[in-house]
Amino acid sequence: MTYDAVILGAGHNGLVTACYLARAGMKVLVVEKNDWIGGAAVSRELTPGFTYSNCSYVASLFRPEIMRDLELPRHGLQILPYEGGAVLQEGGGYLGMFRDHDANRREFARHSPRDAEAYDIYSRDVLRHCRFIRPLLLRTPPDPARFRPRDMGELLWIGKQVSALSEAQIAGMVRFWTMSISDYLDHYFENPVIKAYLAVSAIIGTALGPMSPGSAYVLLHHYMGDVDGNIGAWGFARGGMGAITRALASSLRSSGGEIRTGAAVEKVLVKGGRTTGVVLEGGDEIRAKRVISNMDVKRTMLRHVDEADLPGDYIASVRKFKTRGSSGKLNIALDGVPKFPALPEGSTALKGDLHFTDSIEKMERAYDDWKAGHFSRDPFQDVMIPTMIDPTMTPPGKHFMSCFVQYAPPKIEGRDWTDADRDAFGQTCLDQIERYAPGFKNLVLHVEVRTPRELEAEVGLTEGNIFQGELTFDQLLFNRPVPGYANYRTPVRDLWICGSSTHPGGGVMGAPGRNAAAEILRDAKLSVRDMSDAWAVL
Amino acid sequence: MPGRFSDIIVIGAGPNGLACATRLAQKGRRVTLLEAEAAPGGGARALPDLAPGYRSPALAHLIWQFDPRAEAAMDLSRHGLEWAAQGIPTTVLSPDGPLTIRGGLAEGPDAGAWATLYQRMLCFAGALEPFRRMTPPRLAKDNSWGQLAKNLLKLRALGTHDFRELLRVLLINAHDVAQDELTDPRLRAALCFDATLGAWAGPRSPNTLILWLDRLAGQIGGQRASLGMPKGGMPALAAAMARAAEAAGVTLRQGARVARIVTDGERVSGVTLADGGELRADLVISAIGPKSTLLDLVGPRALDAGLVTRLRHQKSRGGAAKLHLALSAAPDFGTDLHARMILAGDEHEVESAFNPVKYGEVPERPVMEILLPSAFDPGHAPEGGHVLSATVQFAPHDPKIGRDEARAAMLEASLARLEAAAPGIRRMIVRADLLMPYDIERQFGMAGGNWHHGELTVEQMLFLRPIPQLSRYATPIRGLWLTGAGTHPGGMSGAAGWNTAGAVLEARQ
Repeated sequence: MTYDAVILGAGHNGLVTACYLARAGMKVLVVEKNDWIGGAAVSRELTPGFTYSNCSYVASLFRPEIMRDLELPRHGLQILPYEGGAVLQEGGGYLGMFRDHDANRREFARHSPRDAEAYDIYSRDVLRHCRFIRPLLLRTPPDPARFRPRDMGELLWIGKQVSALSEAQIAGMVRFWTMSISDYLDHYFENPVIKAYLAVSAIIGTALGPMSPGSAYVLLHHYMGDVDGNIGAWGFARGGMGAITRALASSLRSSGGEIRTGAAVEKVLVKGGRTTGVVLEGGDEIRAKRVISNMDVKRTMLRHVDEADLPGDYIASVRKFKTRGSSGKLNIALDGVPKFPALPEGSTALKGDLHFTDSIEKMERAYDDWKAGHFSRDPFQDVMIPTMIDPTMTPPGKHFMSCFVQYAPPKIEGRDWTDADRDAFGQTCLDQIERYAPGFKNLVLHVEVRTPRELEAEVGLTEGNIFQGELTFDQLLFNRPVPGYANYRTPVRDLWICGSSTHPGGGVMGAPGRNAAAEILRDAKLSVRDMSDAWAVL
Repeated sequence: MPGRFSDIIVIGAGPNGLACATRLAQKGRRVTLLEAEAAPGGGARALPDLAPGYRSPALAHLIWQFDPRAEAAMDLSRHGLEWAAQGIPTTVLSPDGPLTIRGGLAEGPDAGAWATLYQRMLCFAGALEPFRRMTPPRLAKDNSWGQLAKNLLKLRALGTHDFRELLRVLLINAHDVAQDELTDPRLRAALCFDATLGAWAGPRSPNTLILWLDRLAGQIGGQRASLGMPKGGMPALAAAMARAAEAAGVTLRQGARVARIVTDGERVSGVTLADGGELRADLVISAIGPKSTLLDLVGPRALDAGLVTRLRHQKSRGGAAKLHLALSAAPDFGTDLHARMILAGDEHEVESAFNPVKYGEVPERPVMEILLPSAFDPGHAPEGGHVLSATVQFAPHDPKIGRDEARAAMLEASLARLEAAAPGIRRMIVRADLLMPYDIERQFGMAGGNWHHGELTVEQMLFLRPIPQLSRYATPIRGLWLTGAGTHPGGMSGAAGWNTAGAVLEARQ
């Protein structure tokens, strides 16, 4: 039999694409190399009784439009907002963060009254940038080098959005898109801890430091999400990040789609410039009218497509696509809640994210280590204990702690990571937490340490890059993943890419998967009944 | 207000002030050009006293670009300008041995790759160059739409493939391009060094390749991306420009330091000099830097609070130090001294030299651009001796350990590197002088010691330069205009001055 579409990889984007295609009546099969689904949005039991979100750990970027279209709440998805957060300072102080803007403002005032004032203006400005960029997320980027009516129409549409802004706002936006977060925050704030807290979103997952130009955009990328309509608010998925992909899988099955796990793709079949299906490892052949890859563009094209079937300059561009990993992860099973003496009794900070990096300089120095090919000696960690909000992930009284670590390079001084490197990296992170929570190490029941090496081997992210490609301007919008191919197509007819290496990029957002589905359905001349405001220019 | 009256006062006789004053005078305006120092030139001035018999350019020692309009109109050869050298090659000094680059020609295994990359970048630079010649576009009404459309069409005329590539690399970092396209660490070093020369950024910082494109966009005497050194050094260029200005009718007053720009309410009425003298004019153009002009000479009280805040936040960190050595003999760098030498082994060295500067520290292994003006023009040093002029990167503008300590540490680090590259050079030193960014700020009035009177970065370029409200050379005070390196397109090519004169003439019509 021949499928209408076979999707390579059961990550969230692959599943989103599959869901939309199945809903439009296509016969869809998702093949996944691992024995479980989810890609980097997974919940796994790695030690008995404990569920780990062992890759991605927060849900806020996931587009609400997709949740509605695919009825994910009905399929079991529930997002629980963070309730707090804190930066623990060297020497015992702390900066708390709260869900409520006014509470934050009061907390800022404790550190700097001037910055509390500035916080209102800053929030307003960042919100304006978010509002501008959000409509762009669910649209296929136009190709500015082509004179096709649709590209021209789309460019005009963007031009119209821009011209609706005032001159000062446009200038502000261009600056925001090109500046470093450090310089940007200097315009508003004076207190180093406040700046360190606000700079976090600009470095998460990025091979940039807070002083690198372009990092302010990365902050925006993380702020575009919303939980319950609060822009920039972050939340947990009940049951871990795997709840998102489980809900997607359930939604897919309810529309008649199939998923095969333990089915790794060997090769995409190409005949006369068009794909006819895939061969799995082990030799099984699956015939399909179209193949859609949720793997990153490098993995798809350089590993699973014959070089002879691709134009030389396309391959050269794919090779230039930057996928340097910069993050690691510790997943820890705990025997109880660690005590952070700096935090007041009953603080809500443990129901959100904890940081131990109290200045931008420390963050930047952590990045300098990465540039030199080392993991950071004093890394930035985004630590949270999701079980403080969602007790379903562990046995009663026990806890799961997720530590996202910045920076860890794809290679150590140019050579591959060894187990000893990985353990040293893990120890560095544990030691840092112990400094702020004496006795913490005694609570540890199990630790999983993940470096870019593990992320590549298990999840399939080339060089362990969590965004399937760095988020710098040379790789955004019409440049993502490759100039001329930002419309989810490839030089091979009917071979598509739907993962995070396409516009608008990484994070558990679902937008690339949805946009790819829109293009595929449009190409197949099928209706997109269920898709909310699918496209602007038809 | 008493005092002499002229049509226009231009403050600051650097290359931009000179170009601006000349163009206005050629259009029949009565122009007085005020220079605080005893000689014109600004960043192209001479260093007063290195050592007896030794002459060195104080800051700029080479010219990358001279605005072709100013060049044509000022006719400098008639006013005494001669070239000691043009099309100066670049030699990268490295433990792997020196490598000489002449434009797109480089020796070694990467010759083909370098030629391809260089030609492509030169082509992009050529397509971007027309933007340097226009008043930055506005994003609203009153735009020069015709000019903008023409420039944009020129970009599109690169062809689909090249246009796409330009859009990809426009905001990319220099490091990635060097690694993608080149294998020879010396060529990578050259690209990364030139992309960050004078900037407060390492080559891994996004938005650095465009700085290289901006360099390649320049020309002198119709030669694109050609390095030149005038006979007598850069001060001789300044002197020739001053003669051209005077020939056009500009009244040049040296040693005339402006203490205040006088405004009555909303408009400018003249200037007060430090010696108490007063000059009247209803048009004042300042080339000494947006911050110095508005915050110091006009004063925040006469300005909108929002504008003052924006201007204070404008980034103006200098990252380059200037080293002068008077040498008793010719140093041995193992290569021909008739070159601009870059002392940086690979792209990582350039980045590593920037790292400590982010934290206000002195790098242990700075990288540098070295020129021996005396190799091209013997008048710079006594018989047998040499003058070495180097731009040393990167240097902190606000060092944590204190200014004198930082200067001493920077000098020692620089000399140690030079000694490794040219063994024995330390014993030849008659006199050494190092200007840190804060010294440059003090001596040249450049905010933060930044050559461009404000960092030349993407977020402070074109219609964002120096800040969005001031990007079209006019200020909110009627009759007061800004020009100079702090305004679009930056640099000392005279382009900013020429553009400003054009904008002033257009507004006056």
